Order: sequence, then structure tokens, then C-alpha cells
Amino acid sequence: MRDVYLIGIGQTKTTKNAGIRGRYLAADAIEQALESAGLERDRISMLVTGNMMSGMLTQQQQLGALIADVVGLRGIEAATVESACSSGAAAARWAFMGVAGGFHDAAIVCGIERMTHAGREDITAALATAADWELEGCKGESFISLNAKLMKLYMEAYGVTAADFAHFAITAHDNGYTNPNAFLQKQIDFDTYMNSRMLVDPVKLFDAPPVCDGAAAVILACEDVARAAARSGLPLIKVAGSAIGTDSLALAERVDQLQLSGVALSTKRAFAQAGVSKDDIDLFELHDAYTIITSLSLEAAGFAEKGRGVHFGKDGEIALDGKLPISTMGGLKSRGHPVGATGVYQLAETYMQLTGTAGANQVPGAEVALIQNIGGTGATVISHVLMAA
Amino acid sequence: MTDPRRIKPPMGPDNGWWWDMAAAGKLGIQRCAGCQTLRHPPTPMCGDCHSTQWDTVEASGAGTVCSYTVLTHPQFPGYQYPLIIILVDLAEGTRLTSQLVDCEPENVEFGLPVEMIIQEDPDGFKLPVFKPAGAA
Repeated sequence: MRDVYLIGIGQTKTTKNAGIRGRYLAADAIEQALESAGLERDRISMLVTGNMMSGMLTQQQQLGALIADVVGLRGIEAATVESACSSGAAAARWAFMGVAGGFHDAAIVCGIERMTHAGREDITAALATAADWELEGCKGESFISLNAKLMKLYMEAYGVTAADFAHFAITAHDNGYTNPNAFLQKQIDFDTYMNSRMLVDPVKLFDAPPVCDGAAAVILACEDVARAAARSGLPLIKVAGSAIGTDSLALAERVDQLQLSGVALSTKRAFAQAGVSKDDIDLFELHDAYTIITSLSLEAAGFAEKGRGVHFGKDGEIALDGKLPISTMGGLKSRGHPVGATGVYQLAETYMQLTGTAGANQVPGAEVALIQNIGGTGATVISHVLMAA
Repeated sequence: MTDPRRIKPPMGPDNGWWWDMAAAGKLGIQRCAGCQTLRHPPTPMCGDCHSTQWDTVEASGAGTVCSYTVLTHPQFPGYQYPLIIILVDLAEGTRLTSQLVDCEPENVEFGLPVEMIIQEDPDGFKLPVFKPAGAA
């Protein structure tokens, strides 16, 4: 297996109903990534797109070949990978295998989602296909209701209240405020969080991520290509770990409702591959789709004891200058959650952190990062470990 | 009369101009500002020189049938059947998929000269379609 490096990134500002077509968003992100990598497009021989809902919401599939054509790469190997909200990182995992396995020297990963042009009912129904349709979706469960179920159980089991989750949302918005690509580029305080509209009790508006459109791209390459394209002054960023862990789609099928086994498996595999432990991690770009998922992820990934995840970071540990910064560019809450693109935004943002180019959001001295993208309520969990080489 | 439930195409900042031209009775073609190559449908980038700069020109509306198909089954609401879908080679050199009207299905053939007319749906949506050249 060859070493794989992340050598270029591109991101569009997450938007709402700008009427911009998906192919245009994707082309924008990919052009930025090629320019950022300083790579000629003829070095690229693979494109993997991550997307969840294009077929349902825009009547368009086969985004791999479509986007390859639009960006002047007609003919190369291209296909789409789907794993709900983790489609973006799944695409990165596939491209990683393509480069690590020696099939390709340089591959583009493009996460893309357009949803705000559709009606709320259509979006909700499309998102619900990430749950187990036979066991959950057809009963009327939505993604908000499934997370509400987890949050309610967590509060009951560990004797905590909704107020205990506030710091996750506040920190995400603090960071998103200074990220020019963020969708909700605004800060919130405790009262705003507590008084936000109740969606499905106990999940409030600021526990949940906003619906938005966006595309992000990263370029993965073998060592030869990475060294040739290296920019002076910027460290090479190695993809030291790349792993997927899975779990049942339906919550009902899990013996322990409050254990994200997919997170535990995926983290363990990525750490083993990278030869690191949790103590080596300088920042954790986690999948903060809902504040409850933040708590459960911190626990399952090993950063907090079971039942203590919700308290993690109350003393500032998760801030940019804390011991384990999370959601460093705003996370899903503030940067936004353009579903199939989210995992690629996370990788692009982490590249900025490790190359010292994150501007106002820079985590001081960040060298090793864990990035986690979750499909559904933990059914597909994809972890990457990026490291400044 | 065409049912108003025709599926509408996505229209955004990068391709809305084409539909604006159609609404004004014109058939547009995108032109690369880098190498002047004409292309259709509108895309962000030139497939030849990879320039993302472009402008537009108005087509004459004349073309020939490159390929065609007569649809009878299955039927979608909003369309009239039999529906003749044609691939037109425009005089300018680009191709587009469109519909042939004012023509019986047995009269469509490869190489048939056609000319563009604007069809207006009951809901006011305007769409460039084609009829046999010279037909009334």
C-alpha cells in the first residue's frame, strides 16, 4: 500500500436557494482544488463524487461522469459513492483506496449536495431514506425525531438537561462566525440556544444543522505527485488513516442505544492504521449534526467516559485554543450541512488547520487531526487521520 | 394544447440566460471566450480549452435531424403523444435535443431540414421546438 497525501482543496460558500446548478458548484470547487494543488488536470485519472439526494431532489444521477465531463476530464474513471450524510468522506475513502492501491496517482474527491430548491416535505422525506425505511422511515420517523429519541434517552439515563448541550452549539457558531464559507456566519449565546424553536422535543433549532447547498473538493495523490506539487513553506499533509465502521441503520436494532459502535470501530481502525492514539490528536473535526451526536461521538471515539461526553468542553477544552478543538470552522451547525458534501468540507477545513492557513480559525500548532463523518444515526462512520508530514 | 405540468428544467445564473433568450423568442448558443468554440448545453467550462469565460450568440434556428425517436410508451403527464423527440444538428455546428412539431411521425427522417419555432405552454413557459423547414 502506498502513502497517500492530501494536496489541494476547494470549497464553495454554503448557500441557500441561489439557483446555482450542482454541476456549476462542483466545477467551482474542483477548479479551486486544482489551483490550490498546482496540479495540471491531465495528472488526474480518477474522480469520486459524494452525494446523497441528487436523484431524489434534482432528478440527476451519475454525477461522477457528469462532473468529470463538466470540468474537462471526460473519459477518466469516475463514479458516485453514497452513504447518506457520510457520502463525502466515503468518496474520499474510495479515492484513498484508488491511490493507496496503486490504481491512480492522483484523484479528485468532490462532495456535492443541492437541496434548498426543494420543498421542506421533499427534503425531509429524502433525508429520511438514510434511516431504515422498513423499520423507521415508513413509520413516520424523520432524522430530527431519531436524534430526539437519542437525546431524550441520554438525558434520562445520565440525568442531564437540554442546557448541558448548549456549549457545543455555541462553540460551533463562534468558529463559524469567522469562516467566510460558513452558512450561518453568526454567533449565538446561551439564551439564543435555549430559546430557539423546539423542533422535536428535546431537539431545538440550534441542536440541528441548517439545510443548505454546497460543494467541496480535495485532491489525493501518491508521494511522487505530492512532492512534485509541494508548495514551499507548506507542510505535506499525509492521509495517515482512512477507515469505515458500520452499525445497524435502525436504532431499534442496537442493544445499547447510547453506544455509537460504528464510531468506536471506525476510530480504532483509523488510529491503528495511522499508528496514533487519542492523546496524539490535536483537533477532532467531528460530525456535530446534532448536539447529542457530538456527545456520543466524543464518548465512542474515546475522548470522554460513557455518559460524560455532554460535559466535555464545558471548561473550554473544545475551543480553538483548547486541548481538543472541535467544529473548528463552524462544523455542521454553522458552516452548514450540505449532506453529501459535508465530509469533504471537513477534510478541506482540516487541511487548512494542518497547513497553518486557517486564518482567524487557526488551531495553534495543529499537526495531527481526526476527522469523522457519520451517515444516518451512526450506521456508516468514516474516520480519517490527517498528519503534517 | 400542452398540459402545464411539463417538468421544468433547472435554471440558474449559469444557464438562465438560455431560457431568457427562449422567452424572448431566440435560440441561444454558448460561446467560449477563450477559443470561440460554440457549445450546448450551457456548462461552466469549455471542454476544449478549459476556459470558464464565455458569452452567447443567437442561432439562426436552421438545422437538420441527426437522430429521432417517436415516444408512445410510457407516457408522462404534461406531454402529448406520440411525441417526436429529435436531436438537431444546428447550422452553427452544435447539437441540441428538442421536439419536432407540425409533423406526422411517419414523415420524420434522418437529415430532415428543420427550423426552430417557440412553443408556449398554457402556463406561459416558452420552449424552443422545431418544425419541418418550410412547413406552414
